[in-house]
Amino acid sequence: MENFKPLFKREFFAYFRSPVAYVFIVIFLLASVGCTFFLGGLFESDQASLDPFFNYLPWLFLVFVPAVGMRLWAEERRSGTIEILFTLPVTMTEAVLSKFLAGWAFLAVALFLTFPLWLTVNYLGNPDNGVIFAGYIGSLLMAGAYLAVSCFTSSLSKNQVISFVLGVVICFVLVLLGWGVFTDLMASIFPSWLIDVVADAGFITHFQSISRGLLDSRDIIYFLSAITVGLALNTMTLNARKAS
Amino acid sequence: MISVSGLVRDFGGFRAVKGISFEVPKGQILGFLGPNGAGKSTTMKMLTCFIEPTSGTATVGGKDIVKDSIAVRKQIGYLPESAPSYGEMTVVEFLSFIAEVRGMFGASALKAAEAMRETCDLAAVWDQPIETLSKGYRQRVGFAQALIHDPPVLILDEPTDGLDPNQKHEVRKLIKSMASNKTIILSTHILEEVDAICERAVIIANGSIVADATPGALRERSRFHNAVTMKVAPSDLETAQAMLSGIGGIGNVEVLGGDRSTIRVFPKKGNSIALKISELSKQRNLDIEQLQVEQGRLDEVFRSVTKPEATKSLD
Repeated sequence: MENFKPLFKREFFAYFRSPVAYVFIVIFLLASVGCTFFLGGLFESDQASLDPFFNYLPWLFLVFVPAVGMRLWAEERRSGTIEILFTLPVTMTEAVLSKFLAGWAFLAVALFLTFPLWLTVNYLGNPDNGVIFAGYIGSLLMAGAYLAVSCFTSSLSKNQVISFVLGVVICFVLVLLGWGVFTDLMASIFPSWLIDVVADAGFITHFQSISRGLLDSRDIIYFLSAITVGLALNTMTLNARKAS
Repeated sequence: MISVSGLVRDFGGFRAVKGISFEVPKGQILGFLGPNGAGKSTTMKMLTCFIEPTSGTATVGGKDIVKDSIAVRKQIGYLPESAPSYGEMTVVEFLSFIAEVRGMFGASALKAAEAMRETCDLAAVWDQPIETLSKGYRQRVGFAQALIHDPPVLILDEPTDGLDPNQKHEVRKLIKSMASNKTIILSTHILEEVDAICERAVIIANGSIVADATPGALRERSRFHNAVTMKVAPSDLETAQAMLSGIGGIGNVEVLGGDRSTIRVFPKKGNSIALKISELSKQRNLDIEQLQVEQGRLDEVFRSVTKPEATKSLD
């Protein structure tokens, strides 16, 4: 992994070399504030917690994370730099991991910048900061899972828009599987054991249990597995068709 | 230095490269010629380990391109077709990045990048984002990227494509200056380039090698090789033709030009006729305005080996 560092560095700073990164972050912050205060009704709930924020986060990520990840491979293929990258003495693992982790670090920065929300609830009342911390850990893990899916869809096409749409669709299915409204609807048709299995494959089920303050190893393993599967598919796609 | 044996590459059901083999000794500049779609770029992509061969293999500096691809890539500097690079980076950022991935760190990476500023004449655009540069500068950045680790092998895919004549000249000078201690393969479809810089030309068509020789030897295959073109006064045309028919070793005689005053004389294979013609013309007091011996034409040889049925319609 000797080449990991320069690759990661290039990829991470590539976000900030164009105005896109700043636009992304500003929109994400505005949307998260909007969700927390207006849709989530932080003031009306009269509770000092970040639940309104975390409840909407899976839906915010649905658009935000594929937008962050769509560039990673599609742009390399469109511009032809993928030919530079893979004729440098770089292994496939180094390339895939450095891109993924650079995107993840960018998402971590965006998440970190929501700290004024945390300051606000601490100013207004006495929230359980342990639960909030767990919520952030869960958010970061979930962002990683979304991003691994987006890395995979980004490697499927030269076109960033196609990559983005595919990423949103796959992530949407994964969100839907664990979404209460959807599972309730399905419960009237399918047996409950099946609903449990399906819900268990969704993002929200695991994210909610972490953001309630339960750092259960099963939920952490779920997200890490989702990341692994996404990156494995990403690697397979690149091996099969990086030149086409 | 480079040894290719039986390289084959399929794309879907299409066989782009059909088992080619050749050797390139250390210090040689090899020109890789062929029509578009002949398999030049595909072969180069296999040599640089970007794509794997379907069968067959090659070694670069004794390392196998399939089994030991990282070691191969360390020895090669590669300029892909149309010189792609990360457009949002400045020239210095991009070159420092390449140097770091090539195993140089911190100050030594910057030093390697700065050495390229002189070699490739990049000082004027050093701190500009690459996407704002002209085609010529981008090509130079691509060169710098390929040279930064001083590799023993250079593989250049159409290095002068899209450059203006001055820039082409610069790039050729640069390539020639590196020839003494590097093995170079370059692809092109510009034949004058082969003449200008290559010691050897390999022509490939439809995925197979159809010719492998020095540019001079290739030219000898041309039917124009040693042909004589002479310009005489129109009144002397018949005298000249009569004279030529008396010389041994002459094949075809063609009369060219609107004023019917130019004659092109083709020798029979292996004959040199220029001297005989000029001596005889003096004896007969023929008024010759111009007499020129043809070297042979690479473009004609190129067409005849890559597309044999097309040669008949020449001239």
